[in-house]
Amino acid sequence: MVRCFFSALAGLMLAYCSCATTQAEQLSVSVEIPQLNVSEYHRPYVAIWIEEPSSKTVRDLSVWYQMRQGKEGHGTKWLPDLRQWWRRSGRYLEMPVDGVTSATRPVGKHVLEFSHEQAPLKDLPAGSYTLVVEAVREVGGRELVKIPFQWPVDAPQTKDAKGDSELGGVSLTLKP
Amino acid sequence: MVRFCLLTIVFACLVPLTASAHKVWLLPSQTTLSGNDPWVTVDAAVSNDLFYFNHVPLRLDNLQIIAPDGSPAEAQNQATGKYRSVFDLQLQQSGTYRIAVVNNGLFATWEVDGQRKRWRGNREAFASEVPQDAKDLKVTESVGRIETFVTNGVPNETALQPTGVGIEVVSLTHPNDQYAGEESRFRVLVDGEPAAGLAFEIVRGGTRYRNALDETTVTTDEKGEFAVTWAEPGMYWLETSKQDNKVQGTLASTRRLSYAATLEVLPQ
Repeated sequence: MVRCFFSALAGLMLAYCSCATTQAEQLSVSVEIPQLNVSEYHRPYVAIWIEEPSSKTVRDLSVWYQMRQGKEGHGTKWLPDLRQWWRRSGRYLEMPVDGVTSATRPVGKHVLEFSHEQAPLKDLPAGSYTLVVEAVREVGGRELVKIPFQWPVDAPQTKDAKGDSELGGVSLTLKP
Repeated sequence: MVRFCLLTIVFACLVPLTASAHKVWLLPSQTTLSGNDPWVTVDAAVSNDLFYFNHVPLRLDNLQIIAPDGSPAEAQNQATGKYRSVFDLQLQQSGTYRIAVVNNGLFATWEVDGQRKRWRGNREAFASEVPQDAKDLKVTESVGRIETFVTNGVPNETALQPTGVGIEVVSLTHPNDQYAGEESRFRVLVDGEPAAGLAFEIVRGGTRYRNALDETTVTTDEKGEFAVTWAEPGMYWLETSKQDNKVQGTLASTRRLSYAATLEVLPQ
């Protein structure tokens, strides 16, 4: 915890310093996986992506799924349960995807940072987009949360949304 | 046993002609899959309600499965019980599988001593099993297709190419890309040609849990096309039938065509 605090502090200072020198658009996504009082709990599969108004996926930001071989086979079997993501993007990808896919995450708040200088945001054309977060849990439910935004940004802003069941607070922070 | 089988076949094939009641269907356990060699299991039945096993099983004698590369695929663990037939299919390829029961045969009725006789079978059996000089002999050709679709990974179209026989539905929106609130378009072919003015009945499954069928009827336009906007997610059943005189050979005078498909509509 203490180490966490210091690294966060260091991160902040670093962010502050770099802001002073370069203009780097930042996009950060905070996704809360809520504590659920259920008899059989599995960590949710979560997909986070950016889509165009036409619903076409333009960037996959992150996908959390069971990457190791389990009793019922590889976790890819359940990826189509992330229905919208599977339809828009997942089924066209070869799993795992470098820098995008990772293991499922525990209850709590998870923050992902992206810079416009690096993949997947690199070369994202200016325009209207929607951040989509989809979560699905084995023997549980499924939920989709959307936050529209403009890219690039001229002033810092934070947009919040909230899930009702499988997702807690979701927020999108944009910094010029 | 023989009588049981015959009865089942007769029921399965009569469905389109009786217009009322019985519904023939194939129901896959899921339609959208991923991974290495996933499996689906499929139920096949003729029932009063969708999708419940409460009448007779659908025979699998004329089961045809086309793999994503266009080659035939083999069903496994076939079994026929009291109310349903069942089989498994391993999706060894990536893409879309077309699973169909295609019935092409003859149906005959005639009279012996004031009693009505019914017969159903193929052309070869007709000569030996039906008295050609029977009184009031009426022979009808039947061409029926009952189908569903499942996709492993990326959908493709190879297995969906029309065969040019009977009624076929070409999904202009991929059959495994149906979503609630979205419009899907279909083109209907009869013997490979677009068919205008053909009425389709569309019913969502789970009829046991509501008081009305809530069916939708759509009719194909002059291009042989129709569109559906799915109100709710679920397994849907589409059915149509028609009659014409485009018979093959000289045995029959009329032809009955039927088509039924099961499509899964996913929530947004």
